[in-house]
Amino acid sequence: MKILVAVKRVVDYAVKVRVRPDRTAVDTASVKMSMNPFCEIAVEEALRLREAGASAEVIAATVGPAQAADTLRTALAMGADRAVHVLHDPDPARPLLPLAVAKVLRALALQENPGLVILGKQAIDDDCNQTGQMLAALLNWPQGTFASKVIIDKDKQKATVEREVDGGTETICLDLPAVITTDLRLNQPRYATLPNIMKAKSKVITKVTPADLNVDIRSDMEVVQVDEPPKRKAGVILSSVHELLDKLKNEARVL
Amino acid sequence: MAILSLLSSSRTRLSGLREPLRQAGLSALLTRGAPPHARAADHGSTEFSSPGGHRPPPLHWASVGSRTISSDVGMSLTQYGSTNHALTLHKRFYQTLRPQHPYCGPRASIATIEAHHSVNDPSEVQRRTFGSAAKSIQRNPAYSVLNSEDVSYFKSILGDNGVIQDKDRVAVANVDWMGKYKGASQLLLLPKSTNEVSKVLAYCDSRRLAVVPQGGNTGLVGGSVPVHDEVIVNLGGMDKIISFDNVNGILTCEAGCVLENLSTFVENEGFIMPLDLGAKGSCQIGGNISTNAGGLRFIRYGSLHGNVLGLEVVLANGTVLDMLTTLRKDNTGYDLKHLFVGSEGSLGIVTKVSILTPAKLPSTNVAFLSCNDYMSCQKLLLAARRGLGEIISAFEFMDRQCIDLAMAHLEGVHNPLPFSPYKFYVLIETTGSDESYDKAKLEAFLLRSMEDGLVADGVIAQDISQASNFWRIREGISEASVKVGAVYKYDLSIPVEKLYDIVEEMRSRLGDMAEVLGYGHLGDGNLHLNILSSKYSDNILAQIEPFVYEWTAGHRGSISAEHGLGQMKAEKIHYSKSPEAVQLMASIKKLVDPNSILNPYKVLPQSAL
Ligand SMILES: Cc1cc2nc3c(=O)[nH]c(=O)nc-3n(C[C@H](O)[C@H](O)[C@H](O)COP(=O)(O)OP(=O)(O)OC[C@H]3O[C@@H](n4cnc5c(N)ncnc54)[C@H](O)[C@@H]3O)c2cc1C
Repeated sequence: MKILVAVKRVVDYAVKVRVRPDRTAVDTASVKMSMNPFCEIAVEEALRLREAGASAEVIAATVGPAQAADTLRTALAMGADRAVHVLHDPDPARPLLPLAVAKVLRALALQENPGLVILGKQAIDDDCNQTGQMLAALLNWPQGTFASKVIIDKDKQKATVEREVDGGTETICLDLPAVITTDLRLNQPRYATLPNIMKAKSKVITKVTPADLNVDIRSDMEVVQVDEPPKRKAGVILSSVHELLDKLKNEARVL
Repeated sequence: MAILSLLSSSRTRLSGLREPLRQAGLSALLTRGAPPHARAADHGSTEFSSPGGHRPPPLHWASVGSRTISSDVGMSLTQYGSTNHALTLHKRFYQTLRPQHPYCGPRASIATIEAHHSVNDPSEVQRRTFGSAAKSIQRNPAYSVLNSEDVSYFKSILGDNGVIQDKDRVAVANVDWMGKYKGASQLLLLPKSTNEVSKVLAYCDSRRLAVVPQGGNTGLVGGSVPVHDEVIVNLGGMDKIISFDNVNGILTCEAGCVLENLSTFVENEGFIMPLDLGAKGSCQIGGNISTNAGGLRFIRYGSLHGNVLGLEVVLANGTVLDMLTTLRKDNTGYDLKHLFVGSEGSLGIVTKVSILTPAKLPSTNVAFLSCNDYMSCQKLLLAARRGLGEIISAFEFMDRQCIDLAMAHLEGVHNPLPFSPYKFYVLIETTGSDESYDKAKLEAFLLRSMEDGLVADGVIAQDISQASNFWRIREGISEASVKVGAVYKYDLSIPVEKLYDIVEEMRSRLGDMAEVLGYGHLGDGNLHLNILSSKYSDNILAQIEPFVYEWTAGHRGSISAEHGLGQMKAEKIHYSKSPEAVQLMASIKKLVDPNSILNPYKVLPQSAL
């Protein structure tokens, strides 16, 4: 069984993002870009399933500009077998939307015939949390979203997925092929080791365009303006409970 | 359809975010049930700067450093009613760096309790309950004893809030970071301006009251705490940034600014501090300068003697010495500021600083490697100097024992190379201006080193969080050491080829009595030799000293590479300095501090003064 893993290149989680002065988008010029943390978890899960014998091949895929190949290389250095790069030069005014990405991934899934597609539950740049669900719908496959545990039964061609829900854990059983999106506690991603980085150098990254896949990724959404969230006012340290009560009464007016 | 987009709220804007925090931060994003407005507001709380200026957060806030995020996460937790157990698991991560400012916030440690104990018993002066860490030093009877008039005078200068007699707070300031040295001061002063420092010192000089200048109290040689009843003058209240020249990268600030806050501030301006060290969340720039701290960027940016452009110092008699220039070049007479860089508070109190900050470069890569023997580490260093010369920014090494200790005592840290144990580990960091060029260069270098057998295994960080995790291991060794109990710390400069021999000799001398760790700034020939046991004991000390000093002197090394002499090594200076040099130092001390009120019993041997 093959596993297809979708990965996205985003501004590194630890970077303080800034809005471009013209307020059209977030500034990404000379900003550290890394793999979306939830995608890292998706790659890790696919590798673990392969190592457990549930899968024979892990294919990483991304939609993005030329530099997104770095993200695929990270996936290959973690241990993915090969990669597909769907080239797309972004236009900040017309961002690539989850539906377009889901259509691309659907086309890839139909080509590759994976038993499982694993995606991060959301990307930390746009926070959409839609691609996996849309992909499942387009493919008409079952979905296990926000997975915190995945078990594959190869013989029965079933996946058991645990997902965290309010007040506990929900366990669902899916027929393969299926779409799974990862939550934070699914696993702890591995590091890229030197031997694996070396091996990754000879792994293949296939380049295609959305047109090659017959997918129209035109966006019908326009970004008008990007703003930082309002800053929270600094707090104050009070010297006594008395003062606190006074402020709660007379300033905050909550008492 | 048109939308008005807000920034993604799933990232938390704190630099220096470490792996487990990242996880905790991310887990707050469980999208379920989190109304977008609530999340936006929540994340707004991590913003540093106020709209007007770039002042770093005020002290009480600042002292929490990156930890603020934990409360942020805590808030998300309740806000979302999440069932998220991992949060609590990672929450305390940053609280592990022990004391912050001695006078604010609780410092949960045995030291506090013990110190408290001692202060309750005023008759007890300098009781070394902490073991034989230092031979007892007689109190010099020439110093006056603090009286209530003194306290009233200080209150008239500093106000009630600047004069601390509260036993708990004074107790915390009496004990050093390791819990190894404990003084018996009754008074902690918190000046807020140069003028206040000047008045305090002038008074102390006239009364002959001994004084300990104190910064973040993270010093490792007992320099920052009183030996007897010296008045503690802590600079934490002087934490203002005065100016930043963002063309030349010159920062001017007060001495009490916490290093990490300065880092955050200059990074927002596109620069970095020329030094970085594990204690950054607590140590102050004035303390760094007074100890001439080396740290993790030394290999790239060199010593503070090169990076400090100017200082303002208050001398023992209250004279304010203005040397606060911001010039790169200034050859007019003796360059006096250098006397105060590394003099550990024995010549004056540093009140203001101007310091050169290098430009922040966009590309940083970090690799964590293992080596099978010490020879490979040395060869790797040489190869890295040649192969990565223009981009190398750190070359740190740790032995196996350090890794085991870090894994056992640091929360949320993972061994990047868990599959087999190695004798040595090396952290290499490169900093440059071109991400893809630097990365390709580092990869090629490491793959070659692996083929040549210098590197046994290794990992390269793929994102900032991974890099932070590697650094966390190296930076956390001091902290993990302290958790074992007693630490004997030696900070030695030794020619690189001999550097590890002392660790092995020490191991065979001590056998089962103690655990011996070796790590440090290999790129600078600087070994940190840590000897750990559950309690301080005379037996162990007798095995270590004077052997370690004699050995180091025998190899023409220095008995203090970067931590200074403090009270730990004041009497040991002759292992590294000639009698003539020590004599001249003593003459300088007598000239600028004739009553010897500043940091007595430290730095220089009593016999020389
Ligand atoms: C976890 C950890 C890691 C460390 N790593 C390194 C490292 O990599 N490299 C390194 O060099 N050191 C390191 N140190 C030790 C280092 O000396 C201190 O952390 C730091 O430089 C001291 O700053 P501080 O503000 O805490 O000073 P303190 O500890 O308060 O004081 C240190 C000395 O300076 C004097 N002093 C402080 N402020 C002033 C002032 N304003 N004017 C005059 N005198 C003053 C004090 O009297 C004392 O003698 C480390 C310490 C810790 C705890």
